[in-house]
Amino acid sequence: MEFSVNHPILFGLAGLIVAAVLAQSIFFLIKAWKRGVALGMDRGKLRSIAVTAGIFTVAPAVAIVISVIALSKKLGIALPWLRLSVVGSLSYEAIAAENTSLAMGLKGSATPDASQFVTIALVMTLSIMVGIWLVPVICKRLQKGMGKLEQRDKKWADVFQSAMFIGMISAFVGFVFCDVSQAFTGNFKGLIPVCVMAVSAIVMAICGLLAGKFKKIHWIADYALPVSLVAGMASAVPFTAWLS
Amino acid sequence: MKKERTYMEQVHRWGTVWNLSMMALLLAFPIALALIFRAFPDINGLWRGLLATAPMYWAVGVIETFTYIPMLGAGGSYLSFVTGNISNLKLPCALNALEQAKVKANSEEGEVVSTIAIAVSSIVTTLIILLGVILIAPLTPILESPVLTPAFDQMIPALFGGLGVVFVSRNWKIAVAPVALMLILFIAVPALNAGTVGIMVPVSVVFTLIVSRIMYKKNLL
Repeated sequence: MEFSVNHPILFGLAGLIVAAVLAQSIFFLIKAWKRGVALGMDRGKLRSIAVTAGIFTVAPAVAIVISVIALSKKLGIALPWLRLSVVGSLSYEAIAAENTSLAMGLKGSATPDASQFVTIALVMTLSIMVGIWLVPVICKRLQKGMGKLEQRDKKWADVFQSAMFIGMISAFVGFVFCDVSQAFTGNFKGLIPVCVMAVSAIVMAICGLLAGKFKKIHWIADYALPVSLVAGMASAVPFTAWLS
Repeated sequence: MKKERTYMEQVHRWGTVWNLSMMALLLAFPIALALIFRAFPDINGLWRGLLATAPMYWAVGVIETFTYIPMLGAGGSYLSFVTGNISNLKLPCALNALEQAKVKANSEEGEVVSTIAIAVSSIVTTLIILLGVILIAPLTPILESPVLTPAFDQMIPALFGGLGVVFVSRNWKIAVAPVALMLILFIAVPALNAGTVGIMVPVSVVFTLIVSRIMYKKNLL
């Protein structure tokens, strides 16, 4: 059988795995929903959480589609579709594909043959698998440890949880400022992410204030994150034109 | 008499079965291709490609797993480590859901809420990528247009601006030291950029935990 990076068999195999991922998500959604109802949680609240999560996901998911397009130029559509639907991210997949291509002497946008394609797919898969098998190995023990911590000192357990979230957010806040020093050399591009983050933060704060002040529009708090995300992203267009 | 499993025990059981099955399926993809097209991997390329890629990603993967599990909850962890895009999508989604439901991450309600948010996010992501793949020809010029590109390039700042204002304002005492440290590091060290932010997350988390512990012991929190 003659190989091509867009051979229908590739789509068939990738489709099977993507369907399995979808099935896992639906399985966990149903189980968690039933448990929530059994715990006496309000169905309306659970529905609104699900709707907000869905709306919030749209823009980042479109960004992933852009990554699929970027990778498809060399690897065809099926492999990037699979890799970015399961575990992957653009930066990782692009590096794995590039390292392996270079190791095989496949330069630039040259399309891989079947053997090279299998090699690239293997490297991408083997290199990113750690989380998938490590979670079953350590998750139960880690959760038990967190439970013990809570029993021992509930207040510290709450601080611990908040500190983890803040630690994660702080790293990304720092990252947003990584190119600001270029402004001293006359290159203002590094200020674009800072301005975008500021717009998003302001929109989020306004939503919070409105929801707190006017009870009739309290629902706005549920959609504040997707709204601030889209507002921030939209502001990037004029900021980029202005500062580039 | 057979002891009935708790919900959490069941989550670990389901998660283990699902994740190990997904691992087998993922590995089956290149193996099936090799068999169908009679194209065996280039051993030299495989070895050199793995050597250049795997050690770093395995190390980061181990650290990320330990860092993210306490934040994602059990169900959310099993799902997120299969579907990926954790820091830029699944975790913010779970954090927002916990905030919206006003429940603690370490409670069973928190476990339920974060699993629902991550599951819905994974389903929506999978369907949008599928739609993007089907419509790739007409979508490519639109999504790669010079007007839209800047918006998608700035997704992370737009995401963490909104999320940051909620969490930092609520926990400002905890946030001062890590935000200051990360700002100094990212501004002063040129090697820290989009490619290394994933490595800095565990560093920042550990630093924040240490500072928080000291402040907690001194009754400053």
